[in-house]
Amino acid sequence: MKIAPSIGVLALQGAFDVHAKRLAELGAETCLVRKPADLDGLDGLVIPGGESSAFLWHLERANFYEALEAFVTTKPVFGTCAGCILLAKEVSNPPQRSFGVFDISVERNAYGRQNDSVILHAETSLAGGDMEMVFIRAPRVTRTGDGVEVLAKRNGDPVLLRQGRLLAATFHPELSEDRRVHDLFLKIVQQTAVD
Amino acid sequence: MAHISNGNGNGSAINLRLKTGLAEMLKGGVIMDVMSVEQARIAEEAGAVSVMALERVPAMIRAEGGVARMANPKLIKEIISAVSLPVMAKARIGHFAEAQVLQELGVDFIDESEVLTPADEAHHIDKHAFKTPFVCGARNLGEALRRISEGAALIRTKGEPGTGDVVHAVQHMRQITKEIKQLTVLGEEELYAAAKNLQAPYELVRMVARAGKLPVPNFSAGGIATPADASLLMQLGAETVFVGSGIFMKDGAIPLNLNNDTERAEAVSRARAIVIAATHYNDPKIVAEASEAVTGTMKGLAAAALEDSQRMQTRGW
Repeated sequence: MKIAPSIGVLALQGAFDVHAKRLAELGAETCLVRKPADLDGLDGLVIPGGESSAFLWHLERANFYEALEAFVTTKPVFGTCAGCILLAKEVSNPPQRSFGVFDISVERNAYGRQNDSVILHAETSLAGGDMEMVFIRAPRVTRTGDGVEVLAKRNGDPVLLRQGRLLAATFHPELSEDRRVHDLFLKIVQQTAVD
Repeated sequence: MAHISNGNGNGSAINLRLKTGLAEMLKGGVIMDVMSVEQARIAEEAGAVSVMALERVPAMIRAEGGVARMANPKLIKEIISAVSLPVMAKARIGHFAEAQVLQELGVDFIDESEVLTPADEAHHIDKHAFKTPFVCGARNLGEALRRISEGAALIRTKGEPGTGDVVHAVQHMRQITKEIKQLTVLGEEELYAAAKNLQAPYELVRMVARAGKLPVPNFSAGGIATPADASLLMQLGAETVFVGSGIFMKDGAIPLNLNNDTERAEAVSRARAIVIAATHYNDPKIVAEASEAVTGTMKGLAAAALEDSQRMQTRGW
């Protein structure tokens, strides 16, 4: 693919700036998505960390939920933390609405509050050795479906997962220097565009 | 002061990255002052990203006087268990024991706040000694950098709390932005004198001069009362807003009665409108629609009419 892929970052609230910066560094055209019309022409979307309840509130208020649902059902999407929660099939603590496209179950704030937030180094199947992982009030993936590939774990819990054109992380690769996860997402976007 | 430590924090760069990381997650959202579980639930249902647990909002503290202290731990715990959002709470300036209690309760952010009566006239809390992140108020760049050097992971304008008058929040945001811009054009040798004038550590001054922004997120607080106020501060460079008395209060520093349908609807309409404006701050059409949906009005208190002794923003240094 010759032209840079066009990637949106959902910017209702949360860590959208850091994602957009990282994607731009890797050569993507980026734009911030705040309204349904902002999704037009995008090759992929990042749903960042933030408060998933606040995301849902904005989406439901502005008839945005259905437009975003259509996008995540057909296009490459990368969800981190709150974004991973929105993509999941089931959400608990408390139960809340989600797009249900990623065949995983997720428990919100499962490792505790901010005082339990932590930076770890763990193994990943991505080439290049251990990866730094920044967990902030992180969710826990409690179940993975058959079509889900686990790319990294934290003490046995899946933390980086892929299901075809969908990528999800319970940690924040946008807060580390390591660019491998965003790199992988750009490859997924480019591959999907070619197919 | 080095021996005064709760044993939990390590002051490391890793710890600071986790603290500013949470602040990143709050950007573009609204942090609302709440005085009860009921208010906290309304805030969550209205799209807030975080709540600040308080016994009295600034407008009440201003009206009632007396010594304003950390909220009762029982209230804070009830609010923590009532909502899934991060919960913040305020400690008095310099009162590290209140901060230790708040950390113990598991609050997600501690606001070392001029809204409460200061406990120490010379020293702010050594925030590196804590695992819980801190937010602190500032009126200018020097003050912001002094707080950051003490370990603050988030800066907010002080504004003039409890007034509903946005003028000082605007002044403080413009001041910080202007001073940052001025640093970016200075030569290396000029930064030493700049650090002296700002009364801030040279390393931080140099960092700001190179990056053109603060090393931690920059939010706004103090008198923000309407959706257009939120839009204004965000367009001036605030990455999100704190709203205090603007949501749950009516004139005369009395809280809206949430058991009364009309008054409850008013609180909900204000909360929703500010959340919409914080996200769509650059879209006047949406800010207009959000403003239109607000019922009731808040009279407010002109900050210019306050005596110096009534000002909260001059607390701290």
